[in-house]
Amino acid sequence: MALLQISEPGQTPNPHQRRVAVGIDLGTTHSLVASVRHGVAECLPDAQGRVILPSVVRYLAGGGRQIGHDAQAAQASDPENTIASVKRFMGRSLKDVQGAAKLPYRFVDHAGMLGIETVVGEKSPVEVSAEILATLRYRAEDTFSDDLYGAVVTVPAYFDDAQRQATKDAAKLAGLNVLRLINEPTAAAIAYGLDNASEGVYAVYDLGGGTFDISILRLTRGVFEVIATGGDSALGGDDYDHALADWVLAQTGRTVMDATDKTALKVAARRCKEALSDAASARFEAMLGDGALTLELTVAQFEACTASLTARTLVAVRRALRDAQLDVAEVQGVVMVGGSTRMPQVQQAVAKLFGKAPLNNLNPDEVVALGAAISANQLAGNSTNGELLLLDVIPLSLGLETMGGLVERIVPRNQTIPTAMAQDFTTFKDGQTALAVHVVQGERDLVADCRSLARFELRGIPPMAAGAARIRVTFTVDADGLLNVSALEQISGVHAQIDVKPSYGLADEQIARMLQESFTTAEADMQARAVVEARVDAERMLLATHSALEADGDLLDESERAAIDQRMVAVLQVMGTEDASLIEATTKLLAQGTEAFAALRMNRGIQQALAGKNIETV
Amino acid sequence: MNLQSTDFELFELPEQFGQDRAVIDARWKDLQRQAHPDKFVAQGGAAQRLAMQWSVRINEAYARLKDPLKRAAYLCELHGAPIQAENNTAMPAAFLMQQMQWREALEEAAEGAQLEALGDEVAQARRAALEQCQQLLDQAHNYPGAAQQVRALMFIERFSRDVHDRLDRIADHG
Repeated sequence: MALLQISEPGQTPNPHQRRVAVGIDLGTTHSLVASVRHGVAECLPDAQGRVILPSVVRYLAGGGRQIGHDAQAAQASDPENTIASVKRFMGRSLKDVQGAAKLPYRFVDHAGMLGIETVVGEKSPVEVSAEILATLRYRAEDTFSDDLYGAVVTVPAYFDDAQRQATKDAAKLAGLNVLRLINEPTAAAIAYGLDNASEGVYAVYDLGGGTFDISILRLTRGVFEVIATGGDSALGGDDYDHALADWVLAQTGRTVMDATDKTALKVAARRCKEALSDAASARFEAMLGDGALTLELTVAQFEACTASLTARTLVAVRRALRDAQLDVAEVQGVVMVGGSTRMPQVQQAVAKLFGKAPLNNLNPDEVVALGAAISANQLAGNSTNGELLLLDVIPLSLGLETMGGLVERIVPRNQTIPTAMAQDFTTFKDGQTALAVHVVQGERDLVADCRSLARFELRGIPPMAAGAARIRVTFTVDADGLLNVSALEQISGVHAQIDVKPSYGLADEQIARMLQESFTTAEADMQARAVVEARVDAERMLLATHSALEADGDLLDESERAAIDQRMVAVLQVMGTEDASLIEATTKLLAQGTEAFAALRMNRGIQQALAGKNIETV
Repeated sequence: MNLQSTDFELFELPEQFGQDRAVIDARWKDLQRQAHPDKFVAQGGAAQRLAMQWSVRINEAYARLKDPLKRAAYLCELHGAPIQAENNTAMPAAFLMQQMQWREALEEAAEGAQLEALGDEVAQARRAALEQCQQLLDQAHNYPGAAQQVRALMFIERFSRDVHDRLDRIADHG
């Protein structure tokens, strides 16, 4: 406690101070930010009282930008520079995007992730997403008149490593401290499960604007265990719009002329689809370049032209159930998430498959953000009531390319994360001194049918006969579902490692350039921001050390304790300066100085877990 | 207790094949409650790395303990009778004959009902082999004998997967 007396006014880290943590649902069509206030999770509204932010960014000539409702309003008049549904392009190259030709954008093809040419130059989907995230960050900061401690950002459960990494990069670019990426259905299950004190096996059917997820979870006393997950990261409400628009064009024999027509058609399809959720028939109305297009159509017609899309979701549901080794009868409830589940044909199809009416008592637009907020609150250490533990799985198998373009699976899908799995490989030729490692993700047997995540080389293997080397390749997947791969030749000890930055591999310079050009720093000075961030980090580290000492200080002897105290004082002393690198360096020293202590605490935690069991069973 | 402890030590379970799945599940969650990296988000990189190591280790042990085949293989290895499936493919002639009959039945099965019947037969064979495994491991303590059973079970399991893949394809297109 003596430590606190040393700190200067205004800089006292108070361990009981609430840290502002938010959950962000970065959606295909719209995004939301939520936070736990007074013990209740709620979505934060903008100045006009709207909680939904359309995920649309418009770039203006001269460098300005519109984000959200204003951008959405300009979609028809300025389609090329108004980027909607950017989530579909995250971590994707042009060939991965289905129906790209139907979109009004000027795509630039790159090996890893595509770019979009706008009036202010080429923009990466990461940058566009960062604009949306930064807007939500400002909204939260305005609401609380405080800096954010951190955020939980949701991703579709079925996102692969490239898409997750791109999302995390976007959050970093928006100046967010990412506490965790969590899967959208898991977030929904948290919001639903805690609200209803549910126990047992639940399915979450999440049909959003551009993605479909199915997750099967087991809920037991605050533990959310994902048993299996599946889905399609390129199937959502947008596809229902496209299918409807295509059908209307075919019926009327009309054609689209240009980007403006494409957008007008898409907007009309969406409006018509939404009308058909409440009415038996609706009018499709679009103003095209060569005149008005109108057609009266019924729910039955809409259902017929989109039936194959709904069927695709059911295939994924059945597969997830098989992976979970569960029968539909064992599922206690089906939680519906995502605006697209409002379509009656989707509700009916799900009810028929599970043999019970789906659960609709939460707002399907908000439930993901609310669950993320609860998780963020917990991770930030604010939660006082009960423990919450998420045990999630990896959605897609991870493997390596072997001879003949075949995939050797290392981590099977639906493996609980974090996980580390290794496999031994050997050389193919006599005297081979290098080994190319090609990391892929997917369920197919051929490399060509899977997603390529990264390539690296293990060099300097001493020349040996073919088959003599023993190369152990280890895949480590963290709790965010992000992959790290390392290779070690076990006889010589030669080592190579890679954080699997997807092939688009945003290099540090690129991130720096984006930051320089970006929104968040247009007015704010980079240096000031660096200082603020360094201080936030320093504060975080001080708080962590402080609470660790409070809990387990008895593990240290006097000299060990004194050494840590000294480093804490050093951090407190530099926190008031304007020197970001000094604050960072001093914080790092404190982190290093507490590593051994952290190890001791972890051992104690495990022992306690075991001791707890003994008491229960005695 | 450290990262090198055996799965059984880590989960505080008797070192034997016979286990109560509900106990394994409960211990897994207890341990993860303590060690999951999410518990250490606010505590700096070192604590995070350690938590990650523990959490990975606990998941590894859980994956091995909850799956009877993996659990049996692990017990054989702990007792000096490694499975070495790739170097040790010698199987009794009768077993190989049955495998061939199954493969033929799979080739010829044209509809779901036949596949289901085949699947049931395989599941039954699997149960019998696991019972024998339990006897060899927990009563006879015959680990080389159990290792032989495990290798047979690996064949059965692979075949069972093939049957289910076929059923999946029928279900997805039906």
